[in-house]
Amino acid sequence: MKQADDGAGGTPRWVHEGGQATAFLRGLAVALTVPGWVLFLTAFGFAALARELGFTLGQAVLTSAAIYALPAQVILVDQIARGATLYAAGFAVTLTAVRLLPMAVNIVPLWRAPGNTRLAEIAAVHFVAVTAWVEGLRRLPALPAERRLSHFLGIGTGMMMATVSGTLTGFIVAAALPPLLSAALLFMTPLYFLCSMLMTSGRPADRIAILLGALLGPPFYLLAPGIDLMLTGLVGGTIAFLIGERRP
Amino acid sequence: MNAIDDGLGGYLAILVVAVVAHESWRWLGLALGRGIDADGALFRWVRAVSTALVAGLCLRLVLFPSGALAGITLGSRLIALAVGIAAFLLLSRTLLVGIGAGAAALLAVEGALGLFTR
Repeated sequence: MKQADDGAGGTPRWVHEGGQATAFLRGLAVALTVPGWVLFLTAFGFAALARELGFTLGQAVLTSAAIYALPAQVILVDQIARGATLYAAGFAVTLTAVRLLPMAVNIVPLWRAPGNTRLAEIAAVHFVAVTAWVEGLRRLPALPAERRLSHFLGIGTGMMMATVSGTLTGFIVAAALPPLLSAALLFMTPLYFLCSMLMTSGRPADRIAILLGALLGPPFYLLAPGIDLMLTGLVGGTIAFLIGERRP
Repeated sequence: MNAIDDGLGGYLAILVVAVVAHESWRWLGLALGRGIDADGALFRWVRAVSTALVAGLCLRLVLFPSGALAGITLGSRLIALAVGIAAFLLLSRTLLVGIGAGAAALLAVEGALGLFTR
């Protein structure tokens, strides 16, 4: 059998050659593949936005590291900068964070093994965000159970390094860009979200939710700034869900 | 201009929102493990709500921007958004094509406007 070192498929060869440290390091290296670079660039754009909205470098980095999920990061800085209360900002953040629960439920059983400590699992679950999660679901099944948690911790740590370094460089570089390039950089974040949601929207309800969210967001912002994001999510999402359930 | 307190208070506010409003859902997922149906109706609804919210956020970032993007005319922003989405849907469903086409359109349209109005 040919060596399958780069991802899903057969058991990678390094599994037979090294222990937990190798599994971790091989996970770290995943950040150097395309998804890691995309993450770096999106963090770059996030930092430019955070800077424009009046956040400091330290606050932008903390937001990236502590939240570690781009939609919630953007919502948090956006809501705070627009004068929403911490409660309103927190509620909008939570509405996008609930989707992490089923993602965690999907991946946790994959890395369950007798030797795992609770602390390591709590650290690993922090890395549950789209990029690391997709790579984990793709790569973990090919590994023996006792190597999976180490490998996922490596993937998550590498992606975290991509996010934090992207935030750092984005913040610094954005300050030096001419306004037009700065504007193009800021424009990339909404476009990135829309494209990636269109790419992963499998069910009709998801596509209807994108459309309704896009249509309802601006009028709700004019009518009820501060709570517009939660209204858009709850109203648009619920209607999309109901339509989707009726014609599966 | 600072959005929030530059001292400990600002960092603490970010950390509290991150842990309470965000991280708690990851911990709940870890605790529940296999115990729930991750593809059930409840989570299909959650997914739709989250999707609509982020889509609304995107349009708001484009229509009511702040900072440097606010210096770009509304028409240019709308044309660039349409170009980006159309390129993504019609040419190739890769992020690079959608984002690249949109950003290039923004620069091109705004650059052309700049030449005419100078």
